[in-house]
Amino acid sequence: MAAASLSPSRRAWQRFKRNRLGYWSLVIFCVLVVASLFAELLSNDRPLIVRYEGNTYFPMVQDYPETTFGGDFETTTDYLDPFIREQLTRGNNWAVYAPNPYGPKTLNYFAKEPNPSAPTLDNWLGTDDRGRDLLAQLIYGFRVSVLFALALTFIGVVLGVITGAIQGFFGGKTDLVFQRFIEIWGSMPELYLLIIFSAVFAPSISLLLILLSLFGWMGLSDYVRAEFLRNRQLDYVRAARALGLSNAQIIWRHVLPNSLTPVVTFLPFRMSAAILALTSLDFLGLGVPPGTPSLGELLSQGKNNIDAWWISMSTFAVLVITLLLLTFMGDALRDALDPRKAEK
Amino acid sequence: MTAPLLQVQNLQVAFNGQPVVHGIDFSIAAGEKLALVGESGSGKTVSALSLLRLVHNAEVTGSALLAGRDLLQMTEHQLRGVRGDEVAVIFQEPMTALNPLYTVGDQIAEVLQLKKGLTAGQARSATVELLASTGIPEPARRAGAYPHQLSGGQRQRAMIAMALASNPKLLLADEPTTALDVSLRGQILDLLADLQRQHGMAVLLITHDLNLVRRFADRVAVMERGHLVEQGGVAEVFASPQHAYTRMLLASKPGRDVVEAPAEAGEPVLQARGLRVSYPVPLPGLRGWFKKGEFVAVQGADLDIPPGRTLGVIGESGSGKSTLALAALGLLPHGGRLRVTGTDWNEAQNSGQSRALRQRIQVVFQDPFSSLSPRMTVEQIVGEGLLVHEPGLSAAQRRERVVVALADVGLVDDPRHGGDWLQRYPHEFSGGQRQRLAIARALIVGPQLLVLDEPTSALDVTVQKQVLALLQRLQRERGLSYLLITHDVDVIAAMAHEVVVMKDGALLERGHVDRVLQHPQHPYTQALVRAAA
Repeated sequence: MAAASLSPSRRAWQRFKRNRLGYWSLVIFCVLVVASLFAELLSNDRPLIVRYEGNTYFPMVQDYPETTFGGDFETTTDYLDPFIREQLTRGNNWAVYAPNPYGPKTLNYFAKEPNPSAPTLDNWLGTDDRGRDLLAQLIYGFRVSVLFALALTFIGVVLGVITGAIQGFFGGKTDLVFQRFIEIWGSMPELYLLIIFSAVFAPSISLLLILLSLFGWMGLSDYVRAEFLRNRQLDYVRAARALGLSNAQIIWRHVLPNSLTPVVTFLPFRMSAAILALTSLDFLGLGVPPGTPSLGELLSQGKNNIDAWWISMSTFAVLVITLLLLTFMGDALRDALDPRKAEK
Repeated sequence: MTAPLLQVQNLQVAFNGQPVVHGIDFSIAAGEKLALVGESGSGKTVSALSLLRLVHNAEVTGSALLAGRDLLQMTEHQLRGVRGDEVAVIFQEPMTALNPLYTVGDQIAEVLQLKKGLTAGQARSATVELLASTGIPEPARRAGAYPHQLSGGQRQRAMIAMALASNPKLLLADEPTTALDVSLRGQILDLLADLQRQHGMAVLLITHDLNLVRRFADRVAVMERGHLVEQGGVAEVFASPQHAYTRMLLASKPGRDVVEAPAEAGEPVLQARGLRVSYPVPLPGLRGWFKKGEFVAVQGADLDIPPGRTLGVIGESGSGKSTLALAALGLLPHGGRLRVTGTDWNEAQNSGQSRALRQRIQVVFQDPFSSLSPRMTVEQIVGEGLLVHEPGLSAAQRRERVVVALADVGLVDDPRHGGDWLQRYPHEFSGGQRQRLAIARALIVGPQLLVLDEPTSALDVTVQKQVLALLQRLQRERGLSYLLITHDVDVIAAMAHEVVVMKDGALLERGHVDRVLQHPQHPYTQALVRAAA
């Protein structure tokens, strides 16, 4: 018995790592998410640092009027203006631009091609029908989608676990009433509610999050409930009762940790479902407020400009890769947590 | 001497390159009863079932000649002709071996139509005959029943009828009685023996139960960790076992080493008067919408357990004995009076004193795999009771107490070197070790009464003997009282001072252990004792 002792979750992690496809999907996905968190450094219409006439400026974090750099206007500098560009590279002046010098909302007034423009050296993936850079939109749209999915999944998991735990642990009448409530609640027409609410309130991401969360917890709640119903009558829970532990202690220490397998297994699939939900709502125009970079809105542009293949193709590619990575992770996770394989 | 019906030579079975059966040889003559005996993990079931390639992912080598044809060389198609025709199988758990969506009669008739080419009408009448031959009452009606509508014994009889449908030359019986109650085991075994005589078939009985072997088999083969260590006639092997492992198996009947003197007069640790426990059950039909029925699991039980003594409760599944255990632990609402060291459970619960009572009565459950939370370390599991009952202890003191408790139950030889056990998880322990952990968890809070709910019935016989010896030592050293729930007469004989026999929620008979086991009064007790002999 000399080998290091591993907890069941550590062993599941070892099994997960052995699935190379799932493991590398996780690594790549994490890299993409972290990179998108620093999107401002990757894709920005403002230079990161400017050295101009002996002074140092940080346009990324601060607005400077154009007059600062020798322009005519009091308005905020447009750093894509060829005149400003020339000013910033004259003499000892220099500026560090992001690799992709466009933000998600940047309209390039100085583009050489009509909108939507096919991929060029200036706009690597082309522009959309308003002249915004596609690559920038994809990076920011990916970030919005992933963060939204994370938030939605987190809220859904918390609500689902709490409600499932209450139903499963106490059973009986509590369970009966809750189940009927879920049946009624689950038969509400979610899409129509979204349409109605988006007409009543100003569309915003938080409104969308609330509305989707209201309906997103039920599936998970059923799984957690079933796990609790099974686990609460196992002998170690009875033994804990016989020891005199309180209900809260029993739930927290004994039943909950052993009931989280379906929760963890479904995490990646819930993430991908959330991304898809946001995308389809955006596609229908019911999602994020106009102007927010969004994959769904790009898809709808692709539909409207069917000959601008670069819009639909690149958005499609981003979606497919994201969802594939999540599905591979989910597959590997499901295998790693499969109780039939747990003993190996 | 004619060639044997089945000749197995150098049979090896491996999973993922890990050998589990290391080249065994045995043979069965036509009409012979061979028992394959061993503890769990000895490879006895795998050896038998891999002959018909019924084990998934098993790599099988060697040869198995059935009437001259090698089963292991057959194509899957040829083997399908053998399975259920020349060789039939009975599994341990008839509930899972029968398809719940078809009636028993349909499943038997299917075999008859497939293997014997009967028409549907012929098959129906043959099915009823087969069921009648297995002693199922009202066979014509039972043929139309679904598996869940039959009792456990009837299901196993139906399984046997199904196996016999094709007149097999060889019957593989994999623990055919283990899932059944004690009094049924004898009946099923007698039935198998009768049918074996009538049909002249050979039987390979796979079992861990030496009593069954003695009653049933002609010859016995003993397996230990994938090796066949001894085989021979049942009488010879039982009379003069050659191999050390066989001797250990035969000597595994638990010994009695308890304080026999009558208990001093004093307050009983557990006292029940008119104890009554019932469950609500749904009523059939519209009535069930408005009212719940009641199922009485324990009716009017009077019990006394004096300090340092053991009360054995014996009964079959469904007799209410486990309900009695849960009620004693204060985990079920009950009627009547139930006192632990003089304090009434109901009063204690009403006045919020139940936590103090819980310290005095602790429990060890049957299944050591479900009684320990798989996600907690040994230290957390064993030390949990201290968190509740002695919250003032520091982490270091608690750890010290855990190590002492582990030493008490014989998991650690020396308390000073117990530290490396603490951070381990239950899956790393064997069944016997897990049961010791469960005992340590119960002991650490210092109880006066332990409720032992079938504490050894999930363990192998040799391990069972060790765990019972541990419990006896703890009782001698600490004056613990036990409420011992079991279906096993041997365990009662080794442990109990007083015995109570339960059936259908009622106490049928009670008395001193010698009196009850040697001169049982009630016919049911007599049947129990006879079945165990």
